[in-house]
Amino acid sequence: MNLHAVRAIYKFEMARTFRTLLQSVVSPVLSTSLYFVVFGGAIGSRIAEIDGVTYGAFIVPGLIMLSLLTQSISNASFGIYFPKFIGTIYELLSAPVSSLEIVIGYVGAAATKSAMLGLITLATAAFFVPLHIEHPVWMLAFLFLTCITFSLFGFIIGIWARNFEQLQLIPLLIVTPLAFLGGSFYSIDMLPPLWRTISLANPVVYLVSGFRWSFFGTADVGIQISLAITLLFLVACLAIVTWIFRTGYRLKN
Amino acid sequence: MQPIVSISDVSKTYATGFEALKHVTLDIHKGEIFALLGPNGAGKTTLISIICGIVRASTGRVIADGHDIIGEYRQARFKIGLVPQELTTDAFETVWATVTHSRGLFGRSSNPAYIEKVLKDLSLWDKKDSKIMTLSGGMKRRVMIAKALSHEPTILFLDEPTAGVDVELRRDMWNLVRSLRESGVTIILTTHYIDEAEEMADRVGVINKGEIILVEEKKALMRKLGKKEITLELAKALDRIPDALAHHKLDLSADGHELTYSYDTQGERTGITTLLHDLAEAGIRFRDLNTKQSSLEEIFVNLVRERS
Repeated sequence: MNLHAVRAIYKFEMARTFRTLLQSVVSPVLSTSLYFVVFGGAIGSRIAEIDGVTYGAFIVPGLIMLSLLTQSISNASFGIYFPKFIGTIYELLSAPVSSLEIVIGYVGAAATKSAMLGLITLATAAFFVPLHIEHPVWMLAFLFLTCITFSLFGFIIGIWARNFEQLQLIPLLIVTPLAFLGGSFYSIDMLPPLWRTISLANPVVYLVSGFRWSFFGTADVGIQISLAITLLFLVACLAIVTWIFRTGYRLKN
Repeated sequence: MQPIVSISDVSKTYATGFEALKHVTLDIHKGEIFALLGPNGAGKTTLISIICGIVRASTGRVIADGHDIIGEYRQARFKIGLVPQELTTDAFETVWATVTHSRGLFGRSSNPAYIEKVLKDLSLWDKKDSKIMTLSGGMKRRVMIAKALSHEPTILFLDEPTAGVDVELRRDMWNLVRSLRESGVTIILTTHYIDEAEEMADRVGVINKGEIILVEEKKALMRKLGKKEITLELAKALDRIPDALAHHKLDLSADGHELTYSYDTQGERTGITTLLHDLAEAGIRFRDLNTKQSSLEEIFVNLVRERS
């Protein structure tokens, strides 16, 4: 394995995060804090406890998950799209690196960034609400699994996109609505039966539910199902990435 | 001579149906400077892109320094450096960061001393901490060369290396290419500046409409295909070419002061002796005489025109 290349890609991508610290780290933390102030503090104080958890604390896993999804996709899609856009992709394609090494470098960096943000968001949340994490190992496992899976998804979007509009299309029109309707701010048990059933078709429900279980020990769906759906999405993304590199889709003529 | 790059029967048809390369077979010798000439759209960049792994060949095989570019892509690409035609750089990175990144990408461990040497050789050392976006076009071109050299390749592809650069930088580039060759690097350059090939190349290949139409030692090519002209500056102007000299196919300049005679250097008889004799017989005296060999550009234009 060309570890020098993996390290080079990873370092190069991480360097961009630190070069654009304000945009990369401060901005998502600020917006998440605003969610806590508005939903956790102002509105949440008037909402009853859910499964014995105050509303402010209840939304913490959902907010972190929302941040992980959007940041993983955004970081990974931009990371691979930008060299395509400015033309420096030629160097990556002509380098002695395998598709696996490229994916580890780009997806690894994107996942690291979003995991960092998730943990910073968690630390920020601790300022607003008292937090107790019931299953910390599972919490970290879900966090990293989500970061890797959605960074892979973002990587696919970055390769697929032909312009900046397409780069934003899926995150804006599909991922964000799914994240908001995936139980980030509520339990799907609070929905009427029909909408609850429809919600079960939303993969984000399983991510949020599993992640929430690791915090409070209660979930909308079983932890095994959450884990299985997350792993299934990971495998699907891996299969698509493998196909992309095998065919050279939108990378090589 | 042992080829360092061996291209066998390579063809490329793009998804649009455009046939960019048609059964190209070509050997590049170790340590030479090979110039690939051709008009725009001839297939030069496609051929280089295939060898470097950026474009997939439809058919054929390429061996680089003994390694198949598909089956042993790691070993093959490790030996190859590429400077593409477009100035594509990471605008927000520093020169040092981008060159160091390239070295790592090509599987080399960190070697600050080597990167320092490359940057100094390319007169970039003073700019090592500058962001690339602040550099001039010529400097950016040097950065791209530094990136291509960062992993110590033995084969270097320069795709239109002096396109859009000023005369001084062009000369610098030529000197750089020569010094790289002296250090053992094989250089393949594409250009449509014929003087560039004429100045630097050991061998010349001409590609047109996806086909290699000629590969020849530059000197031999010029000798073989080159026409030569003798221009005689006359002591007295002529109104017309005298009948006694009509069979020599001379051209008389508009002012009547110059007679030009073209001949084939490869011809059995050049006709120069007879011409000079006939001039003396006709009482035509000349003050000066000069000869001119046709340039590679003229040869190239003639070749492409003939095959079109």
